[in-house]
Amino acid sequence: MPHVSLKAEKIFEVFGFPVTNSYLTSLIVLILLSLAFLHYNSQIKSGLKKKSKFFYLIHFINESLYHFFNTILGDQTKIAYPLVASFFIYILVQNWFGLLPGIGSLLIKTCHAGECHSIPLFRGATADLNTTIGLGMLSVLLCQVYGVRALGAKEYIKKFYNLKNPISFFIGTLEILSEFSKVFSFGFRLFGNIFAGEVLLVVIAFLVPVLASFPFLLLELFVGFIQAVVFATLTAVFINLAMSKQH
Amino acid sequence: MDLATAKTVAISFMMAFGVAFPALAIGMIGKSAMEAIGRNPEAESGIRTTMILVVAFAEAIAIYVLVAALILKFT
Repeated sequence: MPHVSLKAEKIFEVFGFPVTNSYLTSLIVLILLSLAFLHYNSQIKSGLKKKSKFFYLIHFINESLYHFFNTILGDQTKIAYPLVASFFIYILVQNWFGLLPGIGSLLIKTCHAGECHSIPLFRGATADLNTTIGLGMLSVLLCQVYGVRALGAKEYIKKFYNLKNPISFFIGTLEILSEFSKVFSFGFRLFGNIFAGEVLLVVIAFLVPVLASFPFLLLELFVGFIQAVVFATLTAVFINLAMSKQH
Repeated sequence: MDLATAKTVAISFMMAFGVAFPALAIGMIGKSAMEAIGRNPEAESGIRTTMILVVAFAEAIAIYVLVAALILKFT
């Protein structure tokens, strides 16, 4: 059995800032995604009649996403669509990138205080709790921002602090707690699914060496997609709730 | 019973009980989705999307247990 590590491992340091293997992978994905979107943008701006095939692929994804989120967000689609779509695409690509051959299997040797061990050079970014908790925090924080923007600060705080009667005051306190627990539920859901998938693939590969992990690989593709959908949809639902008036 | 054995027993029981209830929940979600589709076949696509979303919620509870078990196992 190979060693399974719960946390991402440090590869090298830049000015005392540790660079982990998950961070390396997420940087690669970030650069690739930025290049793709820059291409998309330049194709739109160029005004050519016939655009590249890659443009139409991204355009198709973008359009289907817009229709999907339109059914959830309704009138707020124009405001919240950029955020939820970026969440979806970013998480989806990160999940799938972690399944590529070489991610997690390329090992490098690091020596730390006389002790040498080999660690994977790349590791799926969403298989690291830091990434997922960070995404969850961003999502919950932006929910508050969108809520305040749509309703105004006074109206928005009324959702949590209601002094009309003791029951609604108590419920308001629970609401504040639930905002914090959302961060952890976002983070652990994504991290757990992706990390458990990686452990599953490793275990199956060591049980039956040939071909047995193939159906599980397909399952992981599906899980990665579903988790991206769930994250983006939940964000959309929470934004919709935050922007709607209290009744 | 030494610590390693206790850990293994704890992990096994945790997974057994932690997975049983989400499984029950997913079954119930599937059942009611089937009933809804049977009653109203035009709404199938909407029901399917919602069902997958809710199943992911129920599954997340099993995943929490799995994460706790993995932490126990590998630390």
